[in-house]
Amino acid sequence: MSTNLETTNLKTDEMIINMGPQHPATHGVLRLILKLDGEIVRHVEPVIGHLHRAQEWQGQNRTLFQYQALIDRVDYLSGMFTSLAFAHACEQIDGCQIPPRAQYLRALVCEMNRISSHLLWLGTFLIDLGALFGFPFYPFREREKLLDLFEEIAGQRMMFNYIRIGGVQRDPKPSWFEKVRKFTAEFPDRIDEYEAIVTQNPIVLKRTKGVGILDKSVAMDYGVTGPSIRGSGINYDLRKTRPYGIYPELNFEIPLGQNQGDTWDRYMCRILEMRQSNNLINQCLDKMPEGEISGKKQIAGLRIKAGEGFSAIESPRGVLGCYVISNGSDKAYRIRWRNPSFCNLAVLPSLLIGRPISDIMAIFGSIDVILPDVDR
Amino acid sequence: MSELLNNDLNSTDLARENAALISPELADTVTLTSIDKAINMLSQIVSPIANLARSNSVWPLTFGTSCCAIEMMCVGMSAFDISRFGSEVFRATPRQADLIITAGTITRKMASALITLYEQLPEPKYVIAMGACTITGGMFNDSYSVVQGVDRIIPVDVYLPGCPPRPEAILDALLKLQQKIRTENYAKRRVQAYQQRPVCYVDYDCGRPLEDLLAMAMEDTSLALDQK
Repeated sequence: MSTNLETTNLKTDEMIINMGPQHPATHGVLRLILKLDGEIVRHVEPVIGHLHRAQEWQGQNRTLFQYQALIDRVDYLSGMFTSLAFAHACEQIDGCQIPPRAQYLRALVCEMNRISSHLLWLGTFLIDLGALFGFPFYPFREREKLLDLFEEIAGQRMMFNYIRIGGVQRDPKPSWFEKVRKFTAEFPDRIDEYEAIVTQNPIVLKRTKGVGILDKSVAMDYGVTGPSIRGSGINYDLRKTRPYGIYPELNFEIPLGQNQGDTWDRYMCRILEMRQSNNLINQCLDKMPEGEISGKKQIAGLRIKAGEGFSAIESPRGVLGCYVISNGSDKAYRIRWRNPSFCNLAVLPSLLIGRPISDIMAIFGSIDVILPDVDR
Repeated sequence: MSELLNNDLNSTDLARENAALISPELADTVTLTSIDKAINMLSQIVSPIANLARSNSVWPLTFGTSCCAIEMMCVGMSAFDISRFGSEVFRATPRQADLIITAGTITRKMASALITLYEQLPEPKYVIAMGACTITGGMFNDSYSVVQGVDRIIPVDVYLPGCPPRPEAILDALLKLQQKIRTENYAKRRVQAYQQRPVCYVDYDCGRPLEDLLAMAMEDTSLALDQK
């Protein structure tokens, strides 16, 4: 499409267009300054920081126990993962033992959260492509079921505060596990339903096939992680390459993009990941051991030993890192986050240049950036 | 009826009341038309009907910055279905919207954009401050970059607490706003629109209005030029 536009001899002037910060498709408050030649994007400058809430600074001014409740807001679509990264870093410093039941519960809720995050991405991605109010009802229907399950164990729909330093917060009732089993039993059919509508849809194929091709070398240079890099065919998933928790005991394969790494590949990669996560939930449920759920007393004056710890986990958007320095008091001395969305956003200008303006939202939607994760 | 319309502006109590509402700066630019006068006369009858119509089609702006925006998205979906109350039409441009739901933290960098959006909304316009962050600063109440309550920069009609509030709470806030719309006087609201002033921009570092700072800067430049 763009090649036709390139070869015409129309004389066009360069135009600067400001996109955002209030824009329905930027998933928050991203501002893009676009230089356009006709319809072709010539230069992109993302302006970030519209949602800088000083998350790291707040971590140094609150006790660890208080900060645990706050970190779900770092990446609100996958609160379990931010809690897990922080808990891993603190446990590395403290050296406390995590009971096996807590380990399995952590993996279970994390995979459930991965599905709910990808479901929301699926709905908003199709909204970005123009399927306003029609298709998005389908993924949100399953997401509500997952949120109800989260609400039962954590008491909140999105800000869970469930994974704590040393273990998890509550032991679910046996009836909860039955509900999860019921969900996983019917979920593959639901994914088939989405795929029947979207995957071979001619409009979706035209909007996504061959659009926003992310080269392997470019992706590695920019430090892109998560489904965005796996869509390009690079097998990089921390659950396999640098296993943590109980993932070595689980049996799974990492889905990779089959083609050159375009928008459609990234879409397909996430769909396959949802099936994979559903499988992992079933395995966790089967192997769930009995026993304690926390290796550390959950009290307001929670303290950890002095030292430094770094943890990296695979969140739905990519590698989420947390670096904690503790001086032995109830507050952390320094907290630093390595957020996947920030690095994934950096690759956006190189994907957009030379593409028509209508592709911006298809490409931006496919790399799945959320803005509080970028700005912190 | 025609007698009433031909009367002088100050002859009826209602008109006098409304004339007092118009600010002196705008008195010579804004005049009440005969349609306005007719609406004033009939406001006792017109208001309930017009308000009923307006309250059942409040169109929100798609303004979401963070976590609350996801719950605002959920409320539009089939599980909660905001279209039962006539507000499913989320508009992307402020020119077509009636309501801003400030879904998510407003930072100082975002504040000017929010003020611009508020000023671009056509009258009558309403604001729901959604979430603890936009009411008082919430969990980020000691953060250096967060506006400590959105009511410091724009007027707020309904406060909706929660972090984030449940979708049912959004519906509850919408119903409260509808109640507010139904009980207001349509004619007075129209006259108040004439009285509306632009929002005052305040510098966050020193807390002084930007107009004053600009005047000071211009004075300084003129002094420097004089010295040359």
